[in-house]
Amino acid sequence: MSSILIIEQVLNGLQFGVMLFLMAAGLTLIFGVMGLINLAHGSLYMVGAFAAAWVAGATGSFLLALVAALAAAAAAGALVEIVVIRRLYKAAHLDQVLATFALILIFSEGTRWVFGSFPLFLDIPDYLSGPVTLPGGIQYPFYRLVLIGIGFAVALGLWWLTAKTRIGIQIRAGENDREMIAALGVDISKLYTLVFALGAALAGLAGALVGAIQSVQVGMGEPVLILAFVVIVIGGIGSIRGAFIGALLVGLTDTLGGVFLPELFKLFMETTTATQTGSALASMAVYILMSIVLIWRPSGLFGARA
Amino acid sequence: MIGERHVNLAVLAGLVIVPLWALWADEIFTITLTTRAVILALAAVGLNIALGIGGMVSFGHAVFFGLGGYAMGILAFHAQSYTPLQFGPLSLAGTKSMQVIWLVAMVTSALAAWVIGLLSLRTTGVYFIMITLAFGQMFFYFAISWGSYGGEDGLSIYVRNGFPGLNTLVPIQFFWLCLVALCVALVVQWRLRTSPFGLTLNAVRQTPQRVETVGLNPRKHKLVAFVISGAITGLAGALFADLNRFVSPTMFSWQLSGELIILIIIGGVGRLMGPVIGAAIFVALEHWLGGLTDFWHIWLGVILICIVLFGRGGVIGLLTGKEGPHV
Repeated sequence: MSSILIIEQVLNGLQFGVMLFLMAAGLTLIFGVMGLINLAHGSLYMVGAFAAAWVAGATGSFLLALVAALAAAAAAGALVEIVVIRRLYKAAHLDQVLATFALILIFSEGTRWVFGSFPLFLDIPDYLSGPVTLPGGIQYPFYRLVLIGIGFAVALGLWWLTAKTRIGIQIRAGENDREMIAALGVDISKLYTLVFALGAALAGLAGALVGAIQSVQVGMGEPVLILAFVVIVIGGIGSIRGAFIGALLVGLTDTLGGVFLPELFKLFMETTTATQTGSALASMAVYILMSIVLIWRPSGLFGARA
Repeated sequence: MIGERHVNLAVLAGLVIVPLWALWADEIFTITLTTRAVILALAAVGLNIALGIGGMVSFGHAVFFGLGGYAMGILAFHAQSYTPLQFGPLSLAGTKSMQVIWLVAMVTSALAAWVIGLLSLRTTGVYFIMITLAFGQMFFYFAISWGSYGGEDGLSIYVRNGFPGLNTLVPIQFFWLCLVALCVALVVQWRLRTSPFGLTLNAVRQTPQRVETVGLNPRKHKLVAFVISGAITGLAGALFADLNRFVSPTMFSWQLSGELIILIIIGGVGRLMGPVIGAAIFVALEHWLGGLTDFWHIWLGVILICIVLFGRGGVIGLLTGKEGPHV
């Protein structure tokens, strides 16, 4: 096993991790501020991907496609918040689960109705495609490096937003005491819509960015959604820092597990059984990681509230 | 307003009359559809014990449904291919006998519920929902990547398994078998609710601190309820696999866990007959709306949102005018 392969896989894991972070950040923000568990977050990811694929197909511009993804997902998020979600903040978790599950059904079938069942494709633009040579002579796809860069930039931006800006102060105050901040004259329902739209936009961005390396299809959001849940459970629900660390952990575990576990089993098993056991175990690795974290810390790594 | 008892009796009567009518009218498909509803109701009765009485919003009950299904699939697969099951040095023959399959399905599901419950019940609220969801995915991906039993394609069983004294290939006979299983589970659910254990569980759902102060262990009560719940859903999984003569990883899918919750909400959370009414309505909607449009899930979604926003207490709540227990 060469060190080049290891570095490549670590980069792949990071890329996967930061994209999970874009999803998890929105989920954890929405839960932290509004106390809402949003299963339909994966649908917003899908909306972003479809908007990007459609606009890229119509205009040929990748940048416009990304803008469209952000705008479409944010708009869908704001709309859903105003029409349905707003009525759920005080409801029991069971009601939230059910209503947002219903939203998934509506979004998925609606998209299938408009775009059909066949996947769409979103191409990486020329100026972002092709490999680059990293120090040490490793050839690595430029686009994936860009994704890692975007992920880290968004993480920094979110930190800046919550720690340094007025909106961020209001968001954090809303997490602690929503009556108090409402009494201080902040329009809390507008703030909630804004936070929801922000989370949705991040999900949409992730959908568009990942859509360029995978196919854009109905149901693409749910596997990512569930992994994002694992991320925020590991990181601690409501914590953006936790979401970032959790996302990297999950991304690396999933990617490295898939490559190296079968190899590891080959050391003491025959090849076919080793591949089978290794890949079966690798597909479960993330969940095993989550169980371990929870046994150790039931409210996640950085979680305050359970 | 109608008393809940009358609603319950009407539902039971419906479960007998509909298949008898279908038999008389020679509508075999209706019998199959009713069997499907009865089996889904059985799975939901299992979940209702955890969710309705115990207040545990499990989003991973498909695990037990799938385990029951695979218990049937694996045992019948070995029986039809005349190959023994190997557990290390131990070698067991497969079987086509329903009683053995049911036992294995329930024991396996109960064991899985015990392990999952032990880990998940360390947490509550949203964490519990997400963790059970994640366990569901874990089993789903395991089933997909486990090539020796069909992997993603699943397993087909050529002939339905047998039950002594019955010809299970005749739809109506298989239906009676499933109905009896459902009735037994309903009796269990009913007895459980009125037993000291069930009353404690009810109290645990409402105020766990108070139960703890009295000197009882809330987590232990929840765990026992979760195990019973898992075993019943596992039995439903084995029957469901036998109905279709097919098992695949979709039995583990999170959509299925979601659908089981939906059944309960439609019927009424924590009600004796809630799961049954929910399953009947769900199967009817699936069949009727599915025949009208390919995109029937949109309408299901709209109906669900309306139930959550306006129709508290599900159909039974609507009929009896009482909201029912809160979760």
